[in-house]
Amino acid sequence: MSDKPYKILVVDDEVDLEPLVLQRMRRKIRSGTYDFVFAHNGLEALEVLSRDKEIDMVLSDINMPQMDGLALLEQIPKVDPNLRAVIISAYGDMKNIRTAMNRGAFDFVTKPLDFKDLQVTIERTLQHLAEWKEALQSRDKLVALQNELDVASQMQRSILPTRFPSGNNYEVYGDMEAARNVGGDFFDVLNLQDDKVGLAVADVSDKGVPAALFMMSSRTLLKGSAIGYMDDVAGLMTELNNLLVEDNEASMFVTLFYGVFNPHTGHFIYSNGGHNTPVIYHADGSTTLLPLTNGIALAVVPDMDFEMNSVTLAPGDTLVLYTDGVTEAMNENKEEFETSRLLKVFEGSPPGSAQQANEAVFQAVRDFVGDTPQSDDITCLSLHYEGPSS
Amino acid sequence: MAVNSDRQNGTLIARADGRIDGANAREFQVALESAIDPTDSNVILDLENLSYISSAGLRVILMTAKTLQRQQAKFAICSLSPSIKEVFQISGFDRIIPIHSTLDDALSALK
Repeated sequence: MSDKPYKILVVDDEVDLEPLVLQRMRRKIRSGTYDFVFAHNGLEALEVLSRDKEIDMVLSDINMPQMDGLALLEQIPKVDPNLRAVIISAYGDMKNIRTAMNRGAFDFVTKPLDFKDLQVTIERTLQHLAEWKEALQSRDKLVALQNELDVASQMQRSILPTRFPSGNNYEVYGDMEAARNVGGDFFDVLNLQDDKVGLAVADVSDKGVPAALFMMSSRTLLKGSAIGYMDDVAGLMTELNNLLVEDNEASMFVTLFYGVFNPHTGHFIYSNGGHNTPVIYHADGSTTLLPLTNGIALAVVPDMDFEMNSVTLAPGDTLVLYTDGVTEAMNENKEEFETSRLLKVFEGSPPGSAQQANEAVFQAVRDFVGDTPQSDDITCLSLHYEGPSS
Repeated sequence: MAVNSDRQNGTLIARADGRIDGANAREFQVALESAIDPTDSNVILDLENLSYISSAGLRVILMTAKTLQRQQAKFAICSLSPSIKEVFQISGFDRIIPIHSTLDDALSALK
């Protein structure tokens, strides 16, 4: 509650009410609890209200010249919907009391004024007002939070590639299914020199706008540095790590897997920055998990060394990059999808295209989790290779 | 998300159980921060009863490690289940935070 006194506007054409109120309420006025202002008819009351935005409640008589209390009640919400009004009516005048209540009066007191009762009524009204304002504030906070999360998810969506490069012997396909209000996945596909293709999949450790901004800088720095480093993917990781670790007060981090694919040779050279290790589905139905490269999530510690590794894809191989939203997807029994299930997605019938591989992984996760709500972003980026170009 | 803690011969032992994910990471952070005293010089996080940790939870542990480094305290974690251990290995956090199989191992390493 505020430290300022509550301001109450008293509206009555009987001029002797003013000194009476000031006299009977003097303790509350002196202690700084209440502050009173006065008007003598509805019109004057509206003038005061439009001039003085600090008024919290109105205490108004009904019968007054120019504009009566009932007409005033209709006007009050237009001035400020958060104002509360209490009506003073003649004892037993149920007709006017009903009308006043129907027009939004919060309560009523009767004449002759019982100041004890008036005080209780004022306190009750102001308490209601305080609770109402508190509820409004939490609602505003909730709306602000939701807006922030909406902005973050739009930023996240906006950086995902929608067109994928392909050649006569390979194609790429990626997709992300965003979890409501959480997650920080992104992926990227880069066209590099000599027809090479950079593949990246990443997961930022937080949510909201700061995380989305961190995600955007990660992606921008990756895009900007990838062309310079080309096959030196370990050097690229070291550089990105040092760039991201600067000014990272919030201790956010990003796990990033990045590799460069050469469609002429099937050669794939990669470095893993703390990310889940990709899978290769071979044409004969077997699978390979790419060995880790002793990396660490980016932006954690400066001057870390990163290592790289390489693999040569065989004709018919499909390489699938993913985030932990896949392997940690949970079903109703709180079991995780796990890498073991991921390896079995194509048992017996290896994927014939990148899109088919991608969609089959999403479908397998969906079948596994059933109706359990998705708790993290699910991202998958696939590359299917038909063999060296002739 | 409660963090239970006690002190053994000057070493703070904090225990987290259940799951730490995006939904309760903030709660975990507050609980862990209030368990640690600015004068603590040895801190062990015992994760024996932890069943799951997401990257949001890892971030809290990372922030704790950084805070303790600033106050020149030693920090270690111990008793990780195989799946939690894998999370630390994949993320590479095992390169910067000492991990021990048992609480006793961690206690003797911090001596």
